[in-house]
Amino acid sequence: MIVFDKPHALSDAPLHYCPGCTHGIVHRLVAEVMDELGIEGRAIGIAPVGCSVMAYDYFNCDMIEAAHGRAPAVATGVKRSDPNNIVFTYQGDGDLASIGMAETVHSAARNENITVIFINNAIYGMTGGQMAPTSLPGQVTQTSPYGRDVSLCGYPIKVCEMLSQLDGPEYLERVAVNNVKNVKNAKKAIKKAFENQVNGKGFSLVEVISSCPTNWGMTPAKALAWIDEKMIPYYPLGVYKDRSANQ
Amino acid sequence: MAKLTFKSEKCKGCGLCVDACPKQVLALDADTINQKGHHPVKAVKEEACIGCAFCATMCPDCIIKVER
Repeated sequence: MIVFDKPHALSDAPLHYCPGCTHGIVHRLVAEVMDELGIEGRAIGIAPVGCSVMAYDYFNCDMIEAAHGRAPAVATGVKRSDPNNIVFTYQGDGDLASIGMAETVHSAARNENITVIFINNAIYGMTGGQMAPTSLPGQVTQTSPYGRDVSLCGYPIKVCEMLSQLDGPEYLERVAVNNVKNVKNAKKAIKKAFENQVNGKGFSLVEVISSCPTNWGMTPAKALAWIDEKMIPYYPLGVYKDRSANQ
Repeated sequence: MAKLTFKSEKCKGCGLCVDACPKQVLALDADTINQKGHHPVKAVKEEACIGCAFCATMCPDCIIKVER
């Protein structure tokens, strides 16, 4: 009996991510959910700009590459042109919370029936480890070598908390992928986000607290421990909005 | 006993599976270097494997197949 194997919706292409980068885990969870819901044939993914820019190579469903930050806008067009499509975006914090903040907020406010997978690793990975809107206070990055100074750079943006103030979005949850239990919870959240779209409920966003061992300057194991020590206390896990649960 | 199969050429030697295993079945193979230049993971105590698939759950590169 096969207990675990690569999901069909994940392609055979070797991932270009650094060793120990949890992007690969989240890719696999999305592919597993596509397999379980049987939606690979009508799914269309929107790849972002950032480390996951080449996500279009890794999923076997149709994929589109969007301009930086514009994935929710592209997803809106794809979904509205044929509502039978299952449309998801896969974005990092530089893409979603920085240059693409306007698209994110407005697609949430419009309650577009799309699924957004948001990878929050508190740093710009692809460009070499600069400070991101989600970098923690005091966090050392290439552009904050003495730690993020909040009097100069402001405070990190908590995307789930912020969007939960809007009336629009259907479902917002923050999960992490730093241990087996959290990975299993992350899969449940991602599955619910896709099910919401299949059932026509509206905008669903799952924020995944992820690691960046290379730019954090840690071993992969230390990076996962750092998520528990630093990231989760600042970005508490949980459901921030679930309209169906309130009914 | 469970059976583990590895796509060793895709392994990046991050060791997350080694840490996730509750039975210390896995280790990085210091005697081998794959095409990518990493020490790939191998099962050093496969008879102790209980097939929980925690290793595969934490593997970012999806290289582990678990059968029971």
